[in-house]
Amino acid sequence: MLIYLARRLVLAAITCIAISILTFIIIRLPPGDFVDAYIANLASNGSVVSADQAQAMRREYGLDQPVIIQYGMWMSRVVVGDFGVSMMWRRPVTEVIGDRLWLTMAVSFSALFLTWTIALPIGIYSAVRQYSLGDYAATLLGFIGLAIPNFLLALILMYLGFRYLGLSVGGLFSPEFSQAPWSMAKAWDLAKHVPLPACVLALAGTAHQIRIMRANLLDELRRPYVVTARAKGISELHTVLKYPVRAALNPFASSIAYLFPYLVSGSIIVSLVLGLPTVGPLLLQALVAQDMFLAGTIVLLLGIMTVIGTLVSDLLLMWIEPRIRLQGRA
Amino acid sequence: MSASLTDDRMAQATQLQLTWWRFCRHKLALISLGVIVTFYVIAIFADFLAITDPHATDARRSYMPPQAIQLFDADGFNPHVNGLKGVRDLKTFKMTFAPDQGRKLKVVMFAHGYEYNLFGLIPTDRHLFGIEGGQPVDGIFLLGTDQLGRDVYSRLIVATRISLFIGLAGVTLSLFLGVMLGGISGLYGGWVDTIIQRVIEVVRSIPTIPLWMGLAAALPNTWSVTQVYFAITIIISLVGWTELARVVRGRFLALREEDFVIAAELAGAGQTRIIVRHMLPSFLSHIIAAVSLALPAMIVSETSLSFLGLGLRPPAISWGILLQDAQNVQVLSGAPWLLVAAAPVILVILAFNFLGDGLRDAADPYG
Repeated sequence: MLIYLARRLVLAAITCIAISILTFIIIRLPPGDFVDAYIANLASNGSVVSADQAQAMRREYGLDQPVIIQYGMWMSRVVVGDFGVSMMWRRPVTEVIGDRLWLTMAVSFSALFLTWTIALPIGIYSAVRQYSLGDYAATLLGFIGLAIPNFLLALILMYLGFRYLGLSVGGLFSPEFSQAPWSMAKAWDLAKHVPLPACVLALAGTAHQIRIMRANLLDELRRPYVVTARAKGISELHTVLKYPVRAALNPFASSIAYLFPYLVSGSIIVSLVLGLPTVGPLLLQALVAQDMFLAGTIVLLLGIMTVIGTLVSDLLLMWIEPRIRLQGRA
Repeated sequence: MSASLTDDRMAQATQLQLTWWRFCRHKLALISLGVIVTFYVIAIFADFLAITDPHATDARRSYMPPQAIQLFDADGFNPHVNGLKGVRDLKTFKMTFAPDQGRKLKVVMFAHGYEYNLFGLIPTDRHLFGIEGGQPVDGIFLLGTDQLGRDVYSRLIVATRISLFIGLAGVTLSLFLGVMLGGISGLYGGWVDTIIQRVIEVVRSIPTIPLWMGLAAALPNTWSVTQVYFAITIIISLVGWTELARVVRGRFLALREEDFVIAAELAGAGQTRIIVRHMLPSFLSHIIAAVSLALPAMIVSETSLSFLGLGLRPPAISWGILLQDAQNVQVLSGAPWLLVAAAPVILVILAFNFLGDGLRDAADPYG
């Protein structure tokens, strides 16, 4: 148990370092730097930046140092929680990101929770009642979830909502709350807005998990031990839940562990379509403007949050299903 | 009698034949195979099937609604389209289109249209159908036009080419990476295996879309359409290889312990011979199945990136670029036909998934 936990923690740490290096490389890839982009932007407005000023700006942001030193400088500050100043907004990065990171995680976690709570019972139901109406309905849901990329689903829902219900679907807050400070009323308003994006995000994963659960449980249900249990007169519900469901849970659980990064990824693009105040739209802006500290911080924090989220969901599953820690991961 | 005949057929059939027979039992997969082949045929003959030059803009026909081909008129069978006339509403400044009754545009097969190179080689201007002696302004707009007055139908057809082939290219690259690394991992085991497995775990626990966005945004603006195309292919395959590597490694590990592999080893066969002659045939179908399940993910990746404006850039035409025009509810409420590009995306993903499922079931003909 402790060994497994230690292994997971070391792996999570390595993943975080890998993410930070990748992030830094990505941000450094574009030819030119933020100062070039900034100057070009000013020039399009008719202002001129002298070479001396440009040099001073580069020095201020440390852009004149070798890449490895820049990475070291960035990381040494990141570790103490100083993510630098957004060059685009001229404000500390943490301030620019603000609540957005937590909102991203709120949406992704809601989607994860939805997937867990929907996929498991539906998967069990459609295996036990194979070829019933409910099974076909679940299969249909599975096909839809499989075939429609979540941003397209968001787009289609948004259009249908607008066309037939006259609603403006999207956003995470009603207009009167979007700028308001946090309060119970605002939190309740958020709770009312989260389900739609969470459903959009969760659909594909749920569809996938239902299929996995159904296939594994169907395999298990044909095993002789199930017949034995029935022959001994154990109630049907007890028979199914106690033995085959537990056996079928393992593949289900090990595939759900990779769901969280996928959901976080999806939330970025769905946020752009639905206009959610998560880090998605901010990341796109930052990347276009080559605002390396802001974009880097977003990718890094998203990556680290994802690793932590995955770890938490792994530990939860381990608690539910002790066999995972014995067998390790496929 | 018939039973023993089937037995004989089964006994003599090659692995490929067995797989194919088993695959044919899966009706949905068979239909999906048909759908996919149709899509690739459309992609190959895209310019022939298109009607209007997909790049030709005309402000006078901005957001023209879809037109239908009328097969009959008062004189009997006479396929035609009614010419439309755009009138600008002076209050809202919106273009509205009314049929121009006097003008009937005759639709003919194998009409002359814009010039293109069939298969990129043969210059021609024949199209499957079009308007007889049509003016450049006239055309058949089966799926309406976009803001710049470009024909959505023709753009959709031509977009098939890039969207489908970028998937193939991406999968080829992923396959190469996946088979190499997965094979090494499964064959050698030990610390090499551990390292490769950890790398895969790390890659899989990174949220991919922010990563792709970062990589795609890093592509210089000065790059040509072709350069961006290849760069995007590389980006999407960098993430896709992990699943393939996992499948290949799993098969290698399972097969290494099989009796026939040990027998071949004892008989003194070299490692290359064992892999190519004995192991490869028995997991080839698994790889094909994994590939057909990986393809839709690639297509969605390209579509998502282009949709965000970080993938392919106009004048390239792909489904993602077409969907980019449909990003906004205001635009969609006025021109809902722009959402049509969602249909082929959904259809192709569905077909590839069914095909992959069928192939995966068929991959193990003795199972």
